[in-house]
Amino acid sequence: MLQVEGLSAGYGPITALHDVTLGADEGRITAVLGANGAGKTTLLRTVSGLHPARTGTVRLGGQDITRHSAEAMPALGMAHVPEGRGVITELTVEENLRLGGLARGRVKTADLDRVWSLFPPLDERRRAAASTLSGGERQMLVVGRALMSRPSVLLLDEPSLGLAPRIVTQIFELVRGLVREEGLAVLLVEQNARSALSVADRGVVLNLGRVVADDDAAVLAGDDQLRHAYLGF
Amino acid sequence: MQQLVNTALGGITLGMVFAAFALALVMIWRSTRIVNFAQAAMAMVTTMLALSLIERGWSYWAAFLAALATGFVLGAVIERTLVRRVEGGPELNAVILTLGLFIVLTAGAEIVFGSDYRSFPVPFSLSGTEIGGTTYALTGFDIFTVVAVLVTMGLLLALFQFTDIGLRMRAAAHQQEVARLLGVKVGRMLTLGWALAAVVGSLSGLLIGGGSLVHPHYMESVVVFGFVAAVLGGLDSPAGAVVGGLLLGVTLSFVSGYVGSGLVALAALVVLVVVLMVRPGGLFSATTARRV
Repeated sequence: MLQVEGLSAGYGPITALHDVTLGADEGRITAVLGANGAGKTTLLRTVSGLHPARTGTVRLGGQDITRHSAEAMPALGMAHVPEGRGVITELTVEENLRLGGLARGRVKTADLDRVWSLFPPLDERRRAAASTLSGGERQMLVVGRALMSRPSVLLLDEPSLGLAPRIVTQIFELVRGLVREEGLAVLLVEQNARSALSVADRGVVLNLGRVVADDDAAVLAGDDQLRHAYLGF
Repeated sequence: MQQLVNTALGGITLGMVFAAFALALVMIWRSTRIVNFAQAAMAMVTTMLALSLIERGWSYWAAFLAALATGFVLGAVIERTLVRRVEGGPELNAVILTLGLFIVLTAGAEIVFGSDYRSFPVPFSLSGTEIGGTTYALTGFDIFTVVAVLVTMGLLLALFQFTDIGLRMRAAAHQQEVARLLGVKVGRMLTLGWALAAVVGSLSGLLIGGGSLVHPHYMESVVVFGFVAAVLGGLDSPAGAVVGGLLLGVTLSFVSGYVGSGLVALAALVVLVVVLMVRPGGLFSATTARRV
């Protein structure tokens, strides 16, 4: 579904991504792992057009989207949930969701209803300001908002950040279910490698902007040397 | 009693105009974090244009609408061609740009329209209203002023709260990057924001100029009051701009009526200083401290 080939990007004289090649297939979760500063967030930002690529290509369903702007991505079927969650706190819960639907032109009631049924805590607080939500509820809101645009590829940046382990498990299980039922392709960036590998089908390990491993999640989790060297567990 | 009512009525009318001007400032501040020092000059240009059209035989209403439409275009063009270049850059660049724009527009207006004082006619009675044998200082134009500002605010509120484009504009104003990821064309929203703010600013110019004398500097005395009203409300809050404008209008009206008209400008500054001392973020600020 999503193919990244030879992608490089950087900030000024610093190169944050070197020749990165990876893919995210439909019906599978691909985890991108690595330490702080490995280039995980830059990878997602470059894929979704927030940050310019220096070389390489990004393809979505075969179409070259490397030079497309971030604004154009939702219409192409890509949804990016940024790091730090990206809830627009000044809007209500429902307004946040509606924005997600507008990305596809107009808001469909069926899409809204689906999010309400997926996330009952949000349903109870439709008209509440998003600023009043807890961390877990905010994560539900941004995932729900991404689903409103009916994406085929979902980019998730550190969904576990700052959440209690129980909530992390809940969110991961939910994503897992969506992938199974709707054939979504998920590219999941995580620093929390242990829980990411437990939910992912495939894992890609980045170190200083380069891919150092790309294999089945179970294989990566079983590779002691790799785990100690790059994943910290 | 009559004087009290007259002073209050005058204050409310004046406050409505301040509110409109402050609202224009707040709309631009919210969306682009720029204080638009050229607001007064932009309003002056469109008002002078309306007057020129009236002098050429246009009806007041046609000229009124033409001025608002020109304001819309002027705001959009200024954002697109000039402000876009300083957005996201150092704050001082934007300050210098809008100050420069203020000077250029004012000087340009003097060249195009001349610098004479000209009377701006309005199709309303400019004498007071008689209620129960007592004449109150509420003219037909005053009533129009209050209604026009209220209607404009109502329309803006409806646009922002109940339409898709309004939702997109709010998203772009609050979280540019997230808005982009949700497919919002942020640049267009900012242009539209400036255009709408310029319409509201033009409205305040037309209402201040109507029935009195206008010239390329007539808005400059309003600038200070408009800014005080906006800061009073918290600069971030449209509702605060309205309340701040009304509060300031009524306060200044009472100072002028009961203390002395020479102290009006001083009173505005006193109000500003007191508010900044007691609530530095403004009366309607969500946070108590503000990033400087």
